Amino acid sequence: MSTPGKSDTELFTDIDLGWKHLQNRLFLGVIFAASMFGVVMLALLLLDVATDFYVGLTEFNISLTDFLTRDGSRRAEGAGFRGALVASLMLMVLTAFLSLFIGVGSAIYLEEYAPDTRLTRLIEANLANLAGVPSIVYGLLALAAFVNGIGMGPILLAGSIALALLVMPIIIVSSQEALRAVPDSVRRGSYATGATKWQTIRRVVLPAAFPGIMTGTILALARAIGETAPLLMVGALFVNRMPYGPLDRFSGMPTQIYGWASEPSQHFIHLAAVGIVVLLSIMLCMNGVAIYLRKKYETEV
Amino acid sequence: MSTDTGSGPGIRAGSGTQADQEKNRRARRVLFGCAAVTVLTTLAIFFVLIDNAASYFFGARFTELLLGASPERTVTFTEFFTGTRWAPDHATPAHGALPVIFGTLAITFGAAFVSIPIGTATALYLSEYAAPSVRSKLKPTLEVLAGIPTIVYGYFAIAFINPVLIGPIAAALFGINIGRYSMLSGMLVVGIMTIPMVSSISEDAMQAVPDELRNGAYALGATKYDVSLSVVVPAAISGILASYILAVSRAIGETMAVSLAAGFNAQLTSNPFDEIMTMTAYMVSMARGTSAVGTVEYQSLFAVGLLLFLMTLVMNLLNDWFKRRFQEEYQ
Repeated sequence: MSTPGKSDTELFTDIDLGWKHLQNRLFLGVIFAASMFGVVMLALLLLDVATDFYVGLTEFNISLTDFLTRDGSRRAEGAGFRGALVASLMLMVLTAFLSLFIGVGSAIYLEEYAPDTRLTRLIEANLANLAGVPSIVYGLLALAAFVNGIGMGPILLAGSIALALLVMPIIIVSSQEALRAVPDSVRRGSYATGATKWQTIRRVVLPAAFPGIMTGTILALARAIGETAPLLMVGALFVNRMPYGPLDRFSGMPTQIYGWASEPSQHFIHLAAVGIVVLLSIMLCMNGVAIYLRKKYETEV
Repeated sequence: MSTDTGSGPGIRAGSGTQADQEKNRRARRVLFGCAAVTVLTTLAIFFVLIDNAASYFFGARFTELLLGASPERTVTFTEFFTGTRWAPDHATPAHGALPVIFGTLAITFGAAFVSIPIGTATALYLSEYAAPSVRSKLKPTLEVLAGIPTIVYGYFAIAFINPVLIGPIAAALFGINIGRYSMLSGMLVVGIMTIPMVSSISEDAMQAVPDELRNGAYALGATKYDVSLSVVVPAAISGILASYILAVSRAIGETMAVSLAAGFNAQLTSNPFDEIMTMTAYMVSMARGTSAVGTVEYQSLFAVGLLLFLMTLVMNLLNDWFKRRFQEEYQ
């Protein structure tokens, strides 16, 4: 290909790479700007909530102690978050109780016991599909099957059943990952001592996978506590009272925030902002605990 | 997935005593029962939606029809899928679901218009251009965007995007006074919340492309731009498409953000500053009211829910198919 008599440097002088380099730099500029769009929107969102929170506290005189010790009210001046906060915490405990055993049990079956059959593949594929079902559909299921079907009524237990079914696929998948992270050599060591499969799982595999399972569960519950649509369908709106048990009517934090945000009055909008700050703080704490557990676990193995 | 006889070659679980073996078998059955719950959930969703939707279309629940109740056409499929007025709860009811189907599709397309280009560009930047130090900060920041509850996005739309971002633009450029809700606000907010889905899954797919392919292109004198668009994107295309489908599926089922952003007025309109209603927003509006069991509006909830479920089901199956294709390519 090379022309005789010309050196390499002379050969390429007529090729102008200027456009190529410019094109590359322009492209980098465009995709960098696009990446910053998400960051800017996140900043605007947090800034908007923070300003409304501040304005709520100062201009609308929302007192944080009143806010956390009063229940919801039709009057913006007397409205508080206690009922919703208590309801959400109760929902979370019940949801954890309902979903943890079945979720971890499914994960153990799929990872440790399940033979590679068509049925197993069906269960796995179904799991992937369940994770993509819109949350409002779980609300419809709970509404038809529990609230009206067996006559439970719009109670906290029905809400937590909807949330438990919603987070189940997340808990199963993260528990599967935690179980998979336990090296096979550990299992074989246990078998070598003559332990049965179940003895191995219960005394060796589960303790080793436990921190991972807890991390996944806490993250799933943090998602559950922010879910609004299933609770709305179950009927958790316009309840102001604090629930005293799982059989009481209720309105969780997100549904209370929705109720306030859809009011036209500015006072209610700012109450919603204060509620969002409380909700986000709780979610942040839960994520912090999950990250702490993960870090601790990583250094141990 | 390990077989029942043990996970290593030649190494089997111990047999233990008779009682231990019995315990092992019982544990296995109980654990299988747990896994079966997930399949039962799907079946229950199907059953509940079809059962109640049947009474909307045929005047009797599916179970009653099986037991011999005679069906009567209360709402015809023709009216449901082609009628342009949606007001099942009105004094003079109308059962044309086209406006709410349009609402959902409009929000979905609008959101995809935001999340797909921005998400893909972000993924390309993270995977191909960003320095490790930038990447390690940008990635978790975008993941925060994915962890924020949808109700907070709804608040962002009704308290900021619509009145502060869109309102002044509509007034200045088009002389339109927008209300509390607008289609554009819904598209934008759902687009923003689905960016991390596109960017993180697309980036995973791009990272899985072997470096040999990139180096081969560099050896031919390609710039990073050429490598990104002509090598990485085509090589990772099934993973990238899977991320698009996931984002679209999420947009279809999105509820709280759209009902606080786009509103509750079921209408066919091409004006992005108008208030519209999605299928999910209709369900929320029903939850806000008091629709007693057995009324037409209660049943319509499940007809719309069934349609929504089927739409996302198709998307999920498509996503699964793309994901599997991608795994076959590089794993």
